[in-house]
Amino acid sequence: MSADAVNNSKRRLLVAATSVVGAVGAGFVAVPFIKSWNPSAKALAAGAPVLADISKLEEGQMIVVEWRGKPVYILKRTDDNMKVLETDTDMLADVNSDASKQPDCCKNIGRSHDKHTKTVVMEGVCTHLGCAPKYLPDMNNPFAGALGADWKGGFFCPCHGSFYDLSGRVYKSMPAPTNLPVPIHKYESDTVIMIGQDGSNA
Amino acid sequence: MEQKSNGLMGWVDARYPATKTWEKHLAKYYTPKNFNFWYFFGSLAFMVLVIQILSGVFLTMFYKPDTALAFQSVEMGIMRDVEWGWLIRYFHSTGASAFFIVVYLHMFRALIYGSYKKPRELIWIFGMLIFLALMAEGFMGYLLPWGQMSFWGAQVIINLVSAIPFVGEGLSTWVRGDFVIGDATLNRFFSLHVAAIPLILIGLIFAHIVALHEVGSNNPDGVEIKKNKDANGIPKDGIPFHPYYSVKDIVGVIVFLMFFSIVVFFMPEMFGYFLEHANFEPANPLKTPEHIAPVWYFTPYYSILRAVPSIAGSAFPGVIAMGAAIVVMFFLPWLDRNPVKSIRYRAGWYKVLVAIFVVTFIVLGILGTLSVTDGRTLLAQVCTAYYFAFFLLMPIYTKLEKNKPVPERVTMK
Amino acid sequence: MKKAMIKTILVLLFTTIAMISTGLAMAAGGGYPKTPANVDVDDMASLQRGAKVFTDYCLSCHSAKFVRFNRVATDLGLTEAEVMGNLNHLGVKFGATMTAVMTDDYSKEAFGAVPPDLSLVARSRGVDWLYTYLTGFYADSAKTTGHNNVIFRDVGMPNIFWKQEGVKQAVYEEHDGVKTLVGVEVVEQGTMAPEEFNLMIRDLVAFLSYIGEPNQSYRKSLGIYVLVFLFIFFGFAYAMKKDYWKDVH
Repeated sequence: MSADAVNNSKRRLLVAATSVVGAVGAGFVAVPFIKSWNPSAKALAAGAPVLADISKLEEGQMIVVEWRGKPVYILKRTDDNMKVLETDTDMLADVNSDASKQPDCCKNIGRSHDKHTKTVVMEGVCTHLGCAPKYLPDMNNPFAGALGADWKGGFFCPCHGSFYDLSGRVYKSMPAPTNLPVPIHKYESDTVIMIGQDGSNA
Repeated sequence: MEQKSNGLMGWVDARYPATKTWEKHLAKYYTPKNFNFWYFFGSLAFMVLVIQILSGVFLTMFYKPDTALAFQSVEMGIMRDVEWGWLIRYFHSTGASAFFIVVYLHMFRALIYGSYKKPRELIWIFGMLIFLALMAEGFMGYLLPWGQMSFWGAQVIINLVSAIPFVGEGLSTWVRGDFVIGDATLNRFFSLHVAAIPLILIGLIFAHIVALHEVGSNNPDGVEIKKNKDANGIPKDGIPFHPYYSVKDIVGVIVFLMFFSIVVFFMPEMFGYFLEHANFEPANPLKTPEHIAPVWYFTPYYSILRAVPSIAGSAFPGVIAMGAAIVVMFFLPWLDRNPVKSIRYRAGWYKVLVAIFVVTFIVLGILGTLSVTDGRTLLAQVCTAYYFAFFLLMPIYTKLEKNKPVPERVTMK
Repeated sequence: MKKAMIKTILVLLFTTIAMISTGLAMAAGGGYPKTPANVDVDDMASLQRGAKVFTDYCLSCHSAKFVRFNRVATDLGLTEAEVMGNLNHLGVKFGATMTAVMTDDYSKEAFGAVPPDLSLVARSRGVDWLYTYLTGFYADSAKTTGHNNVIFRDVGMPNIFWKQEGVKQAVYEEHDGVKTLVGVEVVEQGTMAPEEFNLMIRDLVAFLSYIGEPNQSYRKSLGIYVLVFLFIFFGFAYAMKKDYWKDVH
């Protein structure tokens, strides 16, 4: 059993090669286990796009639909509201939604599709810690005391007091860092919105 | 021989016996150099244990122990909806059968090479306890998919308990936690299957290996290698487990994985033996399947149960026989009075007796999967009689053996 | 001597198994022989035709509640529009599962029982049984349904393909005064020729086999790669073992 007789470099090569192949095998085996944590077909089916009928939605009104377990706000704004959106820019942290989440087609003041500028679709999930902001259309809302006359209606998160405007854009110096996310959505027709499916120019 | 190491390992070794354990149990654990094919099954059993724990942990993430949801969570959730869930489940279902194949072969190895004999009696006892725990694990795990066979198999086995005089009825109700196998039963079996029994199993396996490393491994010649040591106190016929047997066992594991993969990927049902056809129907307490057979690894004992006629309408004698068939194996180290360990140096007719024993065991296994006819019952009775005779008459016939001379040193054939 | 032992084991085992299996064959003689279904779950066209038959006929009363429409679309190479238009008669969501058109309450009233879910029927019964069953209806005036089945005696399910297959009659053979059912023959042709009808059933059974285990084809193709990998791994590990064991004499 003399050690000299052993060709050590060959042995080392064989150990290295077997180890590499074994490690690759272990990597392959890990894949199914890791992937099993992905959303199951059931979760995906439950997270499928949802249809929202907005035919009865009046200006100034908001409806809430559920998509992927989150509240989605659909708000139809008035002409006055639309004007406010262009003038309240000094107050906002992210006027052009550069740092915020929305489909490209909704990266505008109204955060809405071109053909349906008045209607905004937003996830009702505060970007601070995930509470659902309240819709406060009233111009003289008591909650908006700190903002006084600058308050032109919008959303208020009761958890830590973040204010958003009627496009879900967050005010300056708020706990929430960015605007409310706009989910991908498309217009099946003028009165039906499909939330969860991309349709940039429909 | 104490060697001080520096660096990180030195730091660790001063606080934890890392190098010491490595050397004692692997790098300087001297193993007989003449291990043959039969010595693969110990490491393979360990491999299967790893497969079962890994796949089991993941199945537990998706399984729902509720009679209303269990079947669906397996057959729809795991088998269809969860990404790769089907593969994880086939690992587990094939692993269950593989466990028993490997363990049966491991036990057969012990039988033919006398690995249960002094000083290895405790290794054998721990091994038998592992076998028992494994049977409990298999039985409880089989209820979880909540298919027809899950339900009716458990029904039959739990009803055996009620055959015990006086306390049986109450005991079986207590085991079920209900008057039928239901939610309570499923939940407790789930808990035992995923937590309690695996813990016991791992503890027993630890004890099994500690006991083995205390006395050292037997070998196909049944020669104690510790009797022949060189000047350094190293057995002349011993080689360090690592690297020699670690590299050899890797080859064994790969060959095993080939067979395992063939089953998992090409025949996961194994013609209805690993996954029974009737278990693809959800449990229905109102409709018994036409033919109930336990999973194949229980069938030898199930055959023994059925072979013993009931007395005064009570199945109790059969239950006793089935239990005794397992209990008797615990006493093997004391039943076999022949001082020679390996079958290589024992009488020719003893080999024949062992061969017939293997055949009776397999035949009992086959009969257990089939429905009863008069001829089959007779055959099962003959086999059962032989099974018990083989063990119980051992103290007599093993004394009559004419042994061949046992070599001083191991042989390499 | 070890060889002698193995020989004894094998000889004894084979003779005993032979004895048992002849007993088995005799016992099995009473059952009606199954016709091989010869389905091909890789034949997309066949599966697509089978899916159409399944959703048009079977889904009226049976459910396949473990099967999602979108999964069928992906696996069978169908578009969402095709599945929603041709297969999804209840108009449920694309990601929803196949439910029966008939409600459970209605079927209990009509048949006395809820027809079994068919998601796993190919795995519990086997494809050959299904093929034999679906081609094995014959007229039997003694039954209230007006028919019987060669492999499922006194079946409660109506023969839904009566229009296509026409009227079949049982064929018996007599041996030593014992009449055994050996098959069925068409006495009055339906809208389909017998061969055409059998092909349709074959497609249907292929689809049932597919839904029994949707990833069965993928499983097998993956298995080949796994085995190839293990062979390579074996080559390296074996060479390594050989090299180390050169030390051991």
